[in-house]
Amino acid sequence: MKLITAIIKPFKLDEVRQVVSDLGVNGVTVTEAKGFGRQKGHTELYRGAEYVVDFLPKMKVELAVDDDIAEQVVEAIVNTARTGKIGDGKIFISDLQQAVRIRTGETGAQAV
Amino acid sequence: MDQTAELSYALDTFYFLVTGALVMWMAAGFTMLEAGLVRAKNTAEILTKNVGLYSIACIMYMLCGYGIMYGDGLNSFIPSIGMLGGDDNTAADVLAGGDDAPYYSNLSDFFFQVVFVATAMSIVSGAVAERMKLWAFLAFAVVLTGFIYPIQGYWKWGGGFLDEMGFLDFAGSGVVHMTGAAAALAGVLLLGARKGKYTADGRINAIPGCNLPLATLGMFILWFGWFGFNGGSELKVSDVGEANAVARVFVNTNTAAAGGLIAALLIARFSFGKADLTMALNGALAGLVAITAEPLTPTPLMATLIGGVGGLIVVFSIVGLDRLKIDDPVGAISVHGVVGIWGLLAVLLTNPEAKLSAQLLGIIVIFSWVFLASLLVWAVIKAIMGIRVGAEEEYEGVDMSECGLEAYPEFTQGIPSGGPGMSAQQLAASAMPTLGEPSKSSS
Repeated sequence: MKLITAIIKPFKLDEVRQVVSDLGVNGVTVTEAKGFGRQKGHTELYRGAEYVVDFLPKMKVELAVDDDIAEQVVEAIVNTARTGKIGDGKIFISDLQQAVRIRTGETGAQAV
Repeated sequence: MDQTAELSYALDTFYFLVTGALVMWMAAGFTMLEAGLVRAKNTAEILTKNVGLYSIACIMYMLCGYGIMYGDGLNSFIPSIGMLGGDDNTAADVLAGGDDAPYYSNLSDFFFQVVFVATAMSIVSGAVAERMKLWAFLAFAVVLTGFIYPIQGYWKWGGGFLDEMGFLDFAGSGVVHMTGAAAALAGVLLLGARKGKYTADGRINAIPGCNLPLATLGMFILWFGWFGFNGGSELKVSDVGEANAVARVFVNTNTAAAGGLIAALLIARFSFGKADLTMALNGALAGLVAITAEPLTPTPLMATLIGGVGGLIVVFSIVGLDRLKIDDPVGAISVHGVVGIWGLLAVLLTNPEAKLSAQLLGIIVIFSWVFLASLLVWAVIKAIMGIRVGAEEEYEGVDMSECGLEAYPEFTQGIPSGGPGMSAQQLAASAMPTLGEPSKSSS
């Protein structure tokens, strides 16, 4: 199993949700997040005064998936969340040791 | 005798100016209504649109609109073009008496008319809210207020062919309200619905407005301003007959709004199970639009019924347009267009001079002209600069993308400076340090 953590632009959330559920992903956890990457925030103007926005709002989407669809899911997220402009976000993939479905006690692939 | 005539002139001019000022205040009404019915992240932009369009309307109507609408005209179809200017009436003109003697200042007439064109343009801004580019909208405002509105206005109030054929529209259910709605409909069709309003499988999502107290205030300001809109359109107050007529117009305007509100409130209660405030607000405005084509001849009871039918129509129209996936965030097309048509037809109920053929022709001509001309202008603007903001800007709110500021920075999603759930203090401390410091030092 893999844990996929995608940091995406907020306005792409609905599309990403749609495309991963089409691939058979049963659950997604979403957190409203803030951060910066290589872009290091940016500046805005308010009444002519420049100010720096250090942390930009993003959505953190976490999905636990079976190994055989992990690659597909990652590819789908990349294709959907990409605008080609700076700030599209990142995806982190890590091995997932165990998953437990609390209500049933199921573990492993059954649980995700 | 001369003094009496001069005093009447002064009184009628004064009445015209004061009612014009009341109509000017309707700009505030539209602004508050729209600010209340959009989402918080789009509020500053809708405010900017409203102050911008009002000012554009004033300047364009002065430059060419008034000349087109009330100039001599080449014939009853083609108006002439002229800038506001020329001398006002002299005392000798006024005292000459007879039917042609002026009874109010020419400039008071301009002032009264210019606030009407601003009203028509205000109607458009609500329908295209939350997704249209600010500058595309303002570019359209130049064309509508300078040309599209005045040309159809010439056909009716300027003495053109609609007037000659006996089309009746006392204060502008068609000339002002349906015009605004037709232009709005053309814009909405090219613009498309707000993202998230209609799902791929055809469901309709509610997108609630952010501030219903403001929307309610806006409705009451419009109701208040409407006494000028209809009352001033009597054009004269300085004798017993005219004074009585003005009083009748005020009473009918007021009671029609009440009828519309109650009708919409009851229908919403029985169709949706809840007393939907936003429908009640639309109902009052529908009552006002419905009575605007003929506020003088109905009895007060009849006026209430005409307004009530307007309130009934508006609820079904709003629901119907939603089913057709025509996304109108404030219901402007229903209130001003669909009910505007009802108002023009309702003239037939009480005014013996009204003819069905003339009313229908007026509706068709004004709607077709404004809709097609607007569609063309919107399409040209779309081709040149685009009319819709990008998906990301729409998500974040047009306040930030178009205006660089937010109406409620501490309550919205805090994009981009604050994050969701951040307090104002955190926001000030972490996200906007350079902004925070200069404002401290300057205070």
